[in-house]
Amino acid sequence: MLNINNLFKNFNMGTENELIVFEDFNLNIIKGECTSILGANGCGKSTLFNIISGVLTQEKGDIILNDKNINQLKENERAQFIGRVHQNPSMGVSPSLTILENISLSDKKCQKFGLKRLINKNKIDDFRAVLKTLDLGLEDKLNTEVKFLSGGQRQSLSLLMATLKKPELLLLDEHTAALDPKTSRLIMEKTKELIKTHSITTMMISHNVRDAIKYSDRIIMLDKGNVVLDVRNGDITEKELVSIYNSKHFDSSLPEAV
Amino acid sequence: MNSLIQTAIEQGLVFSVLAIGVFITYKILDFADLSVEGTFPFGAFIFARFITLGINPLLSTLFAFSFGTLAGLITYTLNIKLKIKALLSGILTMTLLYSINLRINGKSNVGLFNYSSIFDNVEVIIVLVIIVAMVKILMDLFLKTEVGYLLIATGDNETLVKSLGENCDKYKLIGLMLSNGLVALSGALMAQFQGFADINMGTSIIVVALASIIIGDTVFKNSRKLRGTTRAIIGAVTYKFIGAVAIDLGLEPSDLKAISALIVIAFLSYNTFSPNISLKSFKKQKREGAL
Repeated sequence: MLNINNLFKNFNMGTENELIVFEDFNLNIIKGECTSILGANGCGKSTLFNIISGVLTQEKGDIILNDKNINQLKENERAQFIGRVHQNPSMGVSPSLTILENISLSDKKCQKFGLKRLINKNKIDDFRAVLKTLDLGLEDKLNTEVKFLSGGQRQSLSLLMATLKKPELLLLDEHTAALDPKTSRLIMEKTKELIKTHSITTMMISHNVRDAIKYSDRIIMLDKGNVVLDVRNGDITEKELVSIYNSKHFDSSLPEAV
Repeated sequence: MNSLIQTAIEQGLVFSVLAIGVFITYKILDFADLSVEGTFPFGAFIFARFITLGINPLLSTLFAFSFGTLAGLITYTLNIKLKIKALLSGILTMTLLYSINLRINGKSNVGLFNYSSIFDNVEVIIVLVIIVAMVKILMDLFLKTEVGYLLIATGDNETLVKSLGENCDKYKLIGLMLSNGLVALSGALMAQFQGFADINMGTSIIVVALASIIIGDTVFKNSRKLRGTTRAIIGAVTYKFIGAVAIDLGLEPSDLKAISALIVIAFLSYNTFSPNISLKSFKKQKREGAL
Protein backbone atom coordinates (compact mmCIF):
# COMPACT_ATOMS: atom_id res chain seq x y z
CA MET A 1 0.00 0.00 0.00
CA LEU A 2 2.66 2.45 1.13
CA ASN A 3 6.22 1.55 0.24
CA ILE A 4 9.17 3.59 1.35
CA ASN A 5 12.24 2.52 -0.57
CA ASN A 6 15.89 3.36 0.08
CA LEU A 7 15.13 6.57 1.91
CA PHE A 8 17.95 8.96 2.67
CA LYS A 9 17.36 12.11 4.69
CA ASN A 10 19.81 14.39 6.34
CA PHE A 11 19.46 17.85 7.78
CA ASN A 12 21.98 20.70 7.41
CA MET A 13 24.00 18.78 4.86
CA GLY A 14 27.63 19.87 4.63
CA THR A 15 27.64 21.83 7.88
CA GLU A 16 28.97 20.85 11.27
CA ASN A 17 25.35 20.39 12.39
CA GLU A 18 24.74 17.73 9.78
CA LEU A 19 22.33 15.12 11.05
CA ILE A 20 21.63 11.94 9.15
CA VAL A 21 18.13 10.78 10.06
CA PHE A 22 17.57 8.01 7.52
CA GLU A 23 20.16 6.02 5.65
CA ASP A 24 18.71 3.47 3.25
CA PHE A 25 15.46 3.17 5.20
CA ASN A 26 12.75 0.82 3.93
CA LEU A 27 9.21 0.31 5.12
CA ASN A 28 6.14 -1.37 3.75
CA ILE A 29 2.72 -0.56 5.17
CA ILE A 30 -0.08 -3.04 4.52
CA LYS A 31 -3.48 -1.92 3.26
CA GLY A 32 -6.25 -1.72 5.82
CA GLU A 33 -3.97 -2.08 8.80
CA CYS A 34 -3.27 0.22 11.69
CA THR A 35 0.48 0.39 12.26
CA SER A 36 1.90 1.98 15.39
CA ILE A 37 5.29 3.65 15.23
CA LEU A 38 7.08 3.77 18.56
CA GLY A 39 10.36 5.39 19.39
CA ALA A 40 12.02 8.03 21.52
CA ASN A 41 12.27 11.68 20.51
CA GLY A 42 14.72 12.16 17.68
CA CYS A 43 14.40 8.64 16.30
CA GLY A 44 12.89 9.94 13.07
CA LYS A 45 9.16 9.32 13.56
CA SER A 46 8.03 12.85 12.81
CA THR A 47 10.56 13.26 10.01
CA LEU A 48 9.11 10.10 8.46
CA PHE A 49 5.57 11.54 8.61
CA ASN A 50 6.77 14.87 7.23
CA ILE A 51 8.41 13.09 4.30
CA ILE A 52 5.32 10.96 3.61
CA SER A 53 3.00 13.97 3.68
CA GLY A 54 5.36 16.16 1.65
CA VAL A 55 6.30 18.77 4.26
CA LEU A 56 9.94 17.68 3.90
CA THR A 57 11.69 16.30 0.84
CA GLN A 58 14.16 13.46 1.04
CA GLU A 59 17.61 13.46 -0.52
CA LYS A 60 17.11 10.00 -2.03
CA GLY A 61 14.50 7.28 -2.09
CA ASP A 62 10.93 6.77 -3.26
CA ILE A 63 7.57 7.12 -1.60
CA ILE A 64 5.15 4.81 -3.37
CA LEU A 65 1.49 5.03 -2.46
CA ASN A 66 -0.79 2.43 -4.05
CA ASP A 67 1.81 1.69 -6.74
CA LYS A 68 2.15 5.37 -7.57
CA ASN A 69 5.34 7.29 -6.97
CA ILE A 70 4.34 10.48 -5.16
CA ASN A 71 7.86 11.96 -4.81
CA GLN A 72 7.09 14.85 -7.11
CA LEU A 73 3.78 15.81 -5.51
CA LYS A 74 3.70 18.83 -3.20
CA GLU A 75 2.16 18.73 0.25
CA ASN A 76 -1.18 20.11 -0.91
CA GLU A 77 -1.27 17.73 -3.87
CA ARG A 78 -0.71 14.72 -1.61
CA ALA A 79 -3.71 15.79 0.48
CA GLN A 80 -6.02 13.98 -1.93
CA PHE A 81 -4.59 10.65 -0.70
CA ILE A 82 -3.37 11.46 2.79
CA GLY A 83 -5.13 12.75 5.89
CA ARG A 84 -3.13 13.85 8.92
CA VAL A 85 -4.02 14.66 12.51
CA HIS A 86 -1.37 16.58 14.43
CA GLN A 87 -0.42 16.63 18.09
CA ASN A 88 -1.63 20.22 18.44
CA PRO A 89 -5.45 20.19 18.18
CA SER A 90 -5.42 23.64 16.53
CA MET A 91 -3.37 22.43 13.55
CA GLY A 92 -6.29 20.62 11.96
CA VAL A 93 -8.90 23.36 12.19
CA SER A 94 -9.39 27.03 11.43
CA PRO A 95 -9.94 28.47 14.93
CA SER A 96 -11.71 31.68 13.90
CA LEU A 97 -14.29 29.84 11.80
CA THR A 98 -17.31 28.02 13.20
CA ILE A 99 -17.70 24.24 13.39
CA LEU A 100 -20.07 24.35 10.42
CA GLU A 101 -17.64 26.44 8.34
CA ASN A 102 -14.72 24.16 9.20
CA ILE A 103 -16.57 21.00 8.33
CA SER A 104 -17.92 22.55 5.14
CA LEU A 105 -14.36 23.35 4.10
CA SER A 106 -13.21 19.78 4.71
CA ASP A 107 -16.21 18.50 2.78
CA LYS A 108 -14.83 20.35 -0.27
CA LYS A 109 -11.35 18.88 0.20
CA CYS A 110 -9.43 18.57 -3.07
CA GLN A 111 -12.33 19.83 -5.14
CA LYS A 112 -12.43 23.11 -6.99
CA PHE A 113 -12.93 26.10 -4.70
CA GLY A 114 -14.77 28.86 -6.52
CA LEU A 115 -17.07 31.81 -5.96
CA LYS A 116 -20.04 29.74 -4.83
CA ARG A 117 -21.31 30.13 -1.29
CA LEU A 118 -19.44 27.71 0.94
CA ILE A 119 -22.28 26.88 3.31
CA ASN A 120 -24.75 24.55 1.65
CA LYS A 121 -27.97 24.47 3.67
CA ASN A 122 -28.90 21.05 2.28
CA LYS A 123 -25.81 19.49 3.80
CA ILE A 124 -26.24 20.80 7.33
CA ASP A 125 -28.26 17.77 8.45
CA ASP A 126 -25.60 15.41 7.09
CA PHE A 127 -22.90 17.29 9.00
CA ARG A 128 -25.01 17.20 12.14
CA ALA A 129 -25.33 13.43 11.80
CA VAL A 130 -21.57 13.01 11.36
CA LEU A 131 -20.84 15.24 14.34
CA LYS A 132 -23.33 13.29 16.43
CA THR A 133 -21.19 10.18 16.00
CA LEU A 134 -18.53 11.93 18.09
CA ASP A 135 -20.94 12.06 20.98
CA LEU A 136 -19.63 15.40 22.25
CA GLY A 137 -22.68 17.52 21.57
CA LEU A 138 -20.89 19.38 18.78
CA GLU A 139 -23.92 18.93 16.52
CA ASP A 140 -25.71 21.54 18.64
CA LYS A 141 -22.82 24.00 18.42
CA LEU A 142 -22.58 24.35 14.65
CA ASN A 143 -22.24 28.12 14.85
CA THR A 144 -19.66 28.17 17.63
CA GLU A 145 -16.22 29.36 16.63
CA VAL A 146 -13.74 26.53 16.99
CA LYS A 147 -11.40 28.62 19.17
CA PHE A 148 -14.01 28.39 21.93
CA LEU A 149 -13.90 24.57 21.99
CA SER A 150 -11.79 22.53 24.38
CA GLY A 151 -8.66 20.76 23.17
CA GLY A 152 -10.44 17.41 23.12
CA GLN A 153 -13.40 18.76 21.17
CA ARG A 154 -11.08 20.47 18.73
CA GLN A 155 -9.04 17.31 18.24
CA SER A 156 -12.20 15.25 17.66
CA LEU A 157 -13.23 17.76 15.03
CA SER A 158 -9.75 17.60 13.44
CA LEU A 159 -10.01 13.83 13.30
CA LEU A 160 -13.44 14.03 11.74
CA MET A 161 -12.29 16.60 9.18
CA ALA A 162 -9.20 14.58 8.26
CA THR A 163 -11.29 11.47 7.63
CA LEU A 164 -14.46 13.02 6.17
CA LYS A 165 -13.27 12.36 2.63
CA LYS A 166 -11.88 8.88 3.44
CA PRO A 167 -8.15 9.26 2.79
CA GLU A 168 -6.19 6.29 1.46
CA LEU A 169 -3.69 6.78 4.25
CA LEU A 170 -4.27 8.38 7.65
CA LEU A 171 -1.31 9.71 9.62
CA LEU A 172 -1.87 10.18 13.34
CA ASP A 173 1.00 12.19 14.76
CA GLU A 174 0.78 11.71 18.56
CA HIS A 175 -2.72 13.00 18.20
CA THR A 176 -3.71 12.31 21.81
CA ALA A 177 -0.47 13.47 23.44
CA ALA A 178 -1.71 16.96 24.27
CA LEU A 179 -4.89 15.73 25.92
CA ASP A 180 -5.70 14.58 29.45
CA PRO A 181 -5.88 10.78 29.99
CA LYS A 182 -9.68 10.59 29.86
CA THR A 183 -10.07 12.69 26.73
CA SER A 184 -7.13 10.89 25.19
CA ARG A 185 -8.88 7.54 25.69
CA LEU A 186 -12.08 8.94 24.25
CA ILE A 187 -10.29 10.19 21.13
CA MET A 188 -8.51 6.83 20.72
CA GLU A 189 -11.87 5.04 20.84
CA LYS A 190 -13.31 7.43 18.25
CA THR A 191 -10.22 6.94 16.11
CA LYS A 192 -10.61 3.16 16.27
CA GLU A 193 -14.28 3.42 15.31
CA LEU A 194 -13.56 5.70 12.34
CA ILE A 195 -10.69 3.55 11.07
CA LYS A 196 -12.69 0.34 11.37
CA THR A 197 -15.89 1.71 9.81
CA HIS A 198 -14.11 3.12 6.79
CA SER A 199 -11.22 0.61 6.81
CA ILE A 200 -8.63 3.35 6.45
CA THR A 201 -4.96 2.36 6.35
CA THR A 202 -3.41 4.14 9.32
CA MET A 203 0.02 4.96 10.70
CA MET A 204 0.04 6.14 14.29
CA ILE A 205 2.96 7.70 16.09
CA SER A 206 2.68 7.19 19.80
CA HIS A 207 4.71 7.22 22.97
CA ASN A 208 2.10 5.13 24.65
CA VAL A 209 2.95 1.43 24.51
CA ARG A 210 -0.45 0.46 25.88
CA ASP A 211 -2.26 2.34 23.08
CA ALA A 212 -0.05 0.66 20.53
CA ILE A 213 -0.96 -2.80 21.89
CA LYS A 214 -4.62 -1.95 22.24
CA TYR A 215 -5.30 -0.26 18.94
CA SER A 216 -2.91 -1.45 16.27
CA ASP A 217 -2.45 -4.51 14.07
CA ARG A 218 1.29 -4.08 13.78
CA ILE A 219 3.92 -2.41 15.93
CA ILE A 220 7.13 -0.93 14.62
CA MET A 221 9.87 0.54 16.77
CA LEU A 222 12.39 3.01 15.40
CA ASP A 223 15.77 3.84 16.82
CA LYS A 224 18.19 6.27 15.15
CA GLY A 225 16.39 5.93 11.83
CA ASN A 226 16.30 2.14 11.80
CA VAL A 227 13.50 -0.33 12.34
CA VAL A 228 14.56 -2.22 15.46
CA LEU A 229 11.31 -4.07 16.01
CA ASP A 230 8.52 -5.05 13.62
CA VAL A 231 5.92 -7.37 15.10
CA ARG A 232 2.30 -8.35 14.60
CA ASN A 233 0.11 -7.41 17.49
CA GLY A 234 -0.47 -10.56 19.54
CA ASP A 235 3.04 -11.84 18.95
CA ILE A 236 4.30 -9.73 21.82
CA THR A 237 3.04 -9.00 25.32
CA GLU A 238 2.79 -5.52 26.73
CA LYS A 239 5.48 -6.36 29.27
CA GLU A 240 7.93 -7.51 26.61
CA LEU A 241 7.26 -4.43 24.52
CA VAL A 242 7.78 -2.10 27.47
CA SER A 243 11.06 -3.78 28.33
CA ILE A 244 12.33 -3.50 24.74
CA TYR A 245 11.17 0.11 24.58
CA ASN A 246 12.97 0.99 27.78
CA SER A 247 16.14 -0.88 26.91
CA LYS A 248 16.37 0.94 23.58
CA HIS A 249 15.53 4.42 24.61
CA PHE A 250 15.83 5.11 28.24
CA ASP A 251 18.56 5.68 30.67
CA SER A 252 17.80 3.61 33.77
CA SER A 253 17.87 6.78 35.87
CA LEU A 254 14.80 8.13 34.05
CA PRO A 255 11.22 7.12 34.82
CA GLU A 256 10.19 4.22 32.68
CA ALA A 257 7.54 4.07 30.02
CA VAL A 258 4.26 2.38 30.83
CA MET B 1 -19.30 72.61 14.35
CA ASN B 2 -21.93 71.06 12.06
CA SER B 3 -19.82 71.41 8.96
CA LEU B 4 -16.89 70.06 10.95
CA ILE B 5 -18.90 66.97 11.85
CA GLN B 6 -20.04 66.53 8.28
CA THR B 7 -16.48 66.79 6.99
CA ALA B 8 -15.38 64.31 9.63
CA ILE B 9 -18.05 61.82 8.56
CA GLU B 10 -17.21 62.29 4.88
CA GLN B 11 -13.50 61.82 5.52
CA GLY B 12 -14.32 58.87 7.73
CA LEU B 13 -16.21 57.27 4.83
CA VAL B 14 -13.26 57.83 2.48
CA PHE B 15 -11.00 56.20 5.05
CA SER B 16 -13.40 53.29 5.63
CA VAL B 17 -12.51 51.99 2.17
CA LEU B 18 -8.86 52.17 3.25
CA ALA B 19 -9.70 50.46 6.54
CA ILE B 20 -11.57 47.62 4.79
CA GLY B 21 -8.54 47.16 2.54
CA VAL B 22 -6.10 46.99 5.43
CA PHE B 23 -8.57 44.75 7.32
CA ILE B 24 -7.98 42.08 4.65
CA THR B 25 -4.22 41.95 5.19
CA TYR B 26 -3.97 42.86 8.87
CA LYS B 27 -6.94 40.98 10.31
CA ILE B 28 -7.69 38.23 7.82
CA LEU B 29 -4.28 37.30 6.43
CA ASP B 30 -2.30 38.37 9.50
CA PHE B 31 0.12 40.13 7.15
CA ALA B 32 1.50 43.53 8.23
CA ASP B 33 1.48 45.19 4.80
CA LEU B 34 3.11 48.61 4.95
CA SER B 35 2.94 49.07 1.18
CA VAL B 36 -0.37 50.91 1.69
CA GLU B 37 1.63 54.06 2.54
CA GLY B 38 2.65 54.06 -1.11
CA THR B 39 -0.54 52.58 -2.54
CA PHE B 40 -2.80 55.31 -1.13
CA PRO B 41 -1.07 58.19 -2.98
CA PHE B 42 -0.54 55.80 -5.92
CA GLY B 43 -4.32 55.55 -6.29
CA ALA B 44 -4.58 59.34 -6.08
CA PHE B 45 -1.90 59.88 -8.74
CA ILE B 46 -3.33 57.23 -11.07
CA PHE B 47 -6.69 58.96 -10.79
CA ALA B 48 -5.06 62.36 -11.43
CA ARG B 49 -3.27 60.98 -14.48
CA PHE B 50 -6.41 59.61 -16.10
CA ILE B 51 -8.64 62.54 -15.20
CA THR B 52 -6.14 65.05 -16.61
CA LEU B 53 -6.09 62.98 -19.80
CA GLY B 54 -9.81 63.68 -20.08
CA ILE B 55 -11.13 60.32 -18.96
CA ASN B 56 -14.43 60.03 -17.14
CA PRO B 57 -14.05 60.40 -13.32
CA LEU B 58 -15.83 57.14 -12.50
CA LEU B 59 -13.63 55.23 -14.93
CA SER B 60 -10.51 56.98 -13.59
CA THR B 61 -11.51 55.92 -10.06
CA LEU B 62 -11.91 52.32 -11.23
CA PHE B 63 -8.49 52.52 -12.91
CA ALA B 64 -7.04 53.58 -9.55
CA PHE B 65 -8.46 50.36 -8.03
CA SER B 66 -7.12 48.16 -10.83
CA PHE B 67 -3.64 49.68 -10.78
CA GLY B 68 -3.65 49.45 -6.98
CA THR B 69 -4.01 45.67 -7.17
CA LEU B 70 -0.64 45.62 -8.97
CA ALA B 71 1.01 47.03 -5.82
CA GLY B 72 -0.31 43.91 -4.05
CA LEU B 73 1.24 41.80 -6.79
CA ILE B 74 4.65 43.43 -6.15
CA THR B 75 4.48 42.79 -2.39
CA TYR B 76 3.37 39.21 -3.09
CA THR B 77 6.28 38.62 -5.45
CA LEU B 78 8.78 40.01 -2.94
CA ASN B 79 7.34 38.08 -0.02
CA ILE B 80 6.35 34.74 -1.54
CA LYS B 81 8.55 34.35 -4.61
CA LEU B 82 11.69 36.08 -3.35
CA LYS B 83 11.15 35.02 0.29
CA ILE B 84 11.62 38.52 1.71
CA LYS B 85 9.96 39.01 5.10
CA ALA B 86 6.43 40.45 5.02
CA LEU B 87 7.26 43.69 6.80
CA LEU B 88 10.27 44.40 4.60
CA SER B 89 8.36 43.44 1.42
CA GLY B 90 5.76 46.08 2.24
CA ILE B 91 8.39 48.71 2.99
CA LEU B 92 10.20 47.94 -0.29
CA THR B 93 6.97 48.22 -2.30
CA MET B 94 6.19 51.50 -0.55
CA THR B 95 9.67 52.84 -1.37
CA LEU B 96 9.37 51.75 -5.01
CA LEU B 97 5.97 53.42 -5.24
CA TYR B 98 7.31 56.72 -3.90
CA SER B 99 9.43 57.21 -7.03
CA ILE B 100 6.75 55.75 -9.29
CA ASN B 101 4.19 58.18 -7.83
CA LEU B 102 6.44 61.12 -8.70
CA ARG B 103 6.79 59.80 -12.25
CA ILE B 104 3.09 59.25 -12.95
CA ASN B 105 2.30 62.93 -13.42
CA GLY B 106 5.86 64.24 -13.39
CA LYS B 107 5.25 66.26 -10.22
CA SER B 108 4.68 65.83 -6.51
CA ASN B 109 1.37 67.71 -6.32
CA VAL B 110 -1.44 67.72 -8.88
CA GLY B 111 -4.32 70.17 -8.40
CA LEU B 112 -7.67 68.70 -9.47
CA PHE B 113 -10.03 71.61 -8.81
CA ASN B 114 -10.41 72.29 -12.51
CA TYR B 115 -11.31 68.72 -13.38
CA SER B 116 -14.53 66.83 -12.93
CA SER B 117 -14.99 64.34 -10.11
CA ILE B 118 -17.54 61.73 -9.06
CA PHE B 119 -18.84 64.26 -6.53
CA ASP B 120 -19.88 66.78 -9.20
CA ASN B 121 -23.58 66.04 -9.57
CA VAL B 122 -24.67 64.50 -6.28
CA GLU B 123 -24.03 65.41 -2.63
CA VAL B 124 -20.58 64.20 -1.55
CA ILE B 125 -21.93 62.25 1.38
CA ILE B 126 -24.47 60.36 -0.74
CA VAL B 127 -21.84 59.31 -3.27
CA LEU B 128 -19.58 58.17 -0.46
CA VAL B 129 -22.31 56.23 1.33
CA ILE B 130 -23.14 54.42 -1.92
CA ILE B 131 -19.51 53.55 -2.61
CA VAL B 132 -18.79 52.40 0.94
CA ALA B 133 -21.99 50.34 1.02
CA MET B 134 -21.07 48.70 -2.28
CA VAL B 135 -17.54 47.88 -1.11
CA LYS B 136 -18.86 46.49 2.16
CA ILE B 137 -21.60 44.36 0.59
CA LEU B 138 -19.29 42.96 -2.10
CA MET B 139 -16.60 42.16 0.49
CA ASP B 140 -19.11 40.46 2.79
CA LEU B 141 -20.46 38.39 -0.10
CA PHE B 142 -16.94 37.49 -1.18
CA LEU B 143 -16.00 36.35 2.32
CA LYS B 144 -18.95 33.94 2.29
CA THR B 145 -17.73 32.18 -0.85
CA GLU B 146 -15.48 29.13 -0.94
CA VAL B 147 -12.50 31.27 -1.97
CA GLY B 148 -13.36 33.83 0.72
CA TYR B 149 -13.36 31.19 3.44
CA LEU B 150 -10.03 29.86 2.21
CA LEU B 151 -8.64 33.40 2.46
CA ILE B 152 -9.70 33.46 6.12
CA ALA B 153 -8.35 29.94 6.70
CA THR B 154 -4.99 30.92 5.14
CA GLY B 155 -4.57 33.66 7.73
CA ASP B 156 -5.70 31.25 10.43
CA ASN B 157 -3.89 28.00 9.70
CA GLU B 158 -1.88 27.32 6.55
CA THR B 159 -1.50 23.64 7.42
CA LEU B 160 -5.26 23.23 7.18
CA VAL B 161 -5.42 24.95 3.79
CA LYS B 162 -2.72 22.62 2.44
CA SER B 163 -4.53 19.62 3.88
CA LEU B 164 -7.56 20.72 1.84
CA GLY B 165 -5.41 20.38 -1.26
CA GLU B 166 -5.01 24.10 -1.81
CA ASN B 167 -1.98 26.34 -2.27
CA CYS B 168 -1.86 29.11 0.38
CA ASP B 169 0.15 31.42 -1.88
CA LYS B 170 -2.82 31.81 -4.19
CA TYR B 171 -4.95 33.15 -1.37
CA LYS B 172 -2.24 35.49 -0.14
CA LEU B 173 -2.05 36.90 -3.66
CA ILE B 174 -5.81 37.40 -3.82
CA GLY B 175 -5.79 39.07 -0.38
CA LEU B 176 -2.87 41.38 -1.12
CA MET B 177 -4.22 42.46 -4.50
CA LEU B 178 -7.71 43.08 -3.20
CA SER B 179 -6.38 44.99 -0.20
CA ASN B 180 -4.10 47.25 -2.23
CA GLY B 181 -6.82 47.81 -4.82
CA LEU B 182 -9.15 49.09 -2.12
CA VAL B 183 -6.44 51.29 -0.58
CA ALA B 184 -5.76 52.84 -4.00
CA LEU B 185 -9.50 53.34 -4.48
CA SER B 186 -9.58 55.16 -1.15
CA GLY B 187 -6.64 57.32 -2.31
CA ALA B 188 -8.50 58.21 -5.52
CA LEU B 189 -11.58 59.19 -3.48
CA MET B 190 -9.40 61.31 -1.17
CA ALA B 191 -7.81 63.10 -4.13
CA GLN B 192 -11.27 64.02 -5.44
CA PHE B 193 -12.53 64.93 -1.99
CA GLN B 194 -9.67 67.32 -1.19
CA GLY B 195 -9.12 68.45 -4.78
CA PHE B 196 -5.49 67.42 -5.21
CA ALA B 197 -3.11 64.47 -5.19
CA ASP B 198 0.00 64.89 -3.11
CA ILE B 199 3.10 62.75 -2.66
CA ASN B 200 2.86 63.03 1.14
CA MET B 201 -0.78 62.04 1.49
CA GLY B 202 0.22 58.47 2.33
CA THR B 203 2.49 59.36 5.23
CA SER B 204 1.42 57.45 8.37
CA ILE B 205 -1.82 56.42 6.63
CA ILE B 206 -1.24 52.93 8.04
CA VAL B 207 -1.84 54.39 11.51
CA VAL B 208 -5.20 55.77 10.35
CA ALA B 209 -6.15 52.36 8.98
CA LEU B 210 -5.03 50.45 12.04
CA ALA B 211 -6.67 53.01 14.32
CA SER B 212 -9.97 52.51 12.48
CA ILE B 213 -9.76 48.74 12.76
CA ILE B 214 -8.72 48.82 16.42
CA ILE B 215 -11.44 51.32 17.36
CA GLY B 216 -14.07 49.26 15.54
CA ASP B 217 -12.89 46.13 17.32
CA THR B 218 -12.80 47.78 20.73
CA VAL B 219 -16.14 49.51 20.68
CA PHE B 220 -17.95 46.40 19.56
CA LYS B 221 -15.65 43.90 21.16
CA ASN B 222 -18.26 41.43 22.26
CA SER B 223 -20.76 41.73 19.49
CA ARG B 224 -20.13 38.67 17.38
CA LYS B 225 -22.93 39.56 15.00
CA LEU B 226 -21.06 42.57 13.64
CA ARG B 227 -18.89 41.84 10.61
CA GLY B 228 -15.29 43.03 10.36
CA THR B 229 -16.15 45.29 7.45
CA THR B 230 -18.85 47.06 9.46
CA ARG B 231 -16.44 47.49 12.36
CA ALA B 232 -13.84 49.01 10.02
CA ILE B 233 -16.37 51.55 8.71
CA ILE B 234 -17.61 52.50 12.18
CA GLY B 235 -14.01 52.69 13.39
CA ALA B 236 -12.91 54.97 10.55
CA VAL B 237 -15.81 57.38 11.07
CA THR B 238 -15.32 57.38 14.86
CA TYR B 239 -11.62 58.00 14.43
CA LYS B 240 -12.15 61.01 12.15
CA PHE B 241 -14.86 62.24 14.49
CA ILE B 242 -12.56 62.16 17.53
CA GLY B 243 -9.94 64.05 15.50
CA ALA B 244 -12.51 66.69 14.50
CA VAL B 245 -13.62 67.16 18.08
CA ALA B 246 -9.99 67.62 19.13
CA ILE B 247 -9.52 70.33 16.51
CA ASP B 248 -12.79 71.93 17.56
CA LEU B 249 -11.56 72.03 21.14
CA GLY B 250 -8.69 74.23 19.98
CA LEU B 251 -5.87 71.89 19.03
CA GLU B 252 -3.85 72.80 15.95
CA PRO B 253 -4.16 70.72 12.74
CA SER B 254 -0.42 70.16 13.07
CA ASP B 255 -1.16 68.22 16.27
CA LEU B 256 -3.33 65.74 14.32
CA LYS B 257 -0.66 63.06 13.88
CA ALA B 258 0.10 63.05 17.60
CA ILE B 259 -3.64 62.86 18.29
CA SER B 260 -3.87 59.87 15.90
CA ALA B 261 -1.14 58.04 17.74
CA LEU B 262 -2.69 58.90 21.12
CA ILE B 263 -6.09 57.60 19.99
CA VAL B 264 -4.52 54.28 18.97
CA ILE B 265 -2.58 54.05 22.25
CA ALA B 266 -5.73 54.84 24.25
CA PHE B 267 -7.83 52.19 22.52
CA LEU B 268 -5.11 49.56 22.64
CA SER B 269 -4.47 50.05 26.35
CA TYR B 270 -8.20 50.04 26.98
CA ASN B 271 -8.28 46.64 25.28
CA THR B 272 -5.44 45.36 27.41
CA PHE B 273 -6.58 46.60 30.80
CA SER B 274 -10.35 46.73 30.63
CA PRO B 275 -12.29 43.90 32.18
CA ASN B 276 -14.44 42.14 29.67
CA ILE B 277 -17.26 44.64 29.72
CA SER B 278 -19.85 44.71 27.01
CA LEU B 279 -23.25 46.24 26.76
CA LYS B 280 -24.75 42.77 26.79
CA SER B 281 -23.02 41.59 29.94
CA PHE B 282 -23.83 44.93 31.54
CA LYS B 283 -27.51 44.42 30.79
CA LYS B 284 -27.35 40.84 31.97
CA GLN B 285 -25.79 41.81 35.27
CA LYS B 286 -28.38 44.52 35.68
CA ARG B 287 -31.14 41.99 35.09
CA GLU B 288 -29.64 39.67 37.63
CA GLY B 289 -29.53 42.49 40.12
CA ALA B 290 -25.77 42.63 40.42
CA LEU B 291 -25.69 46.30 39.49
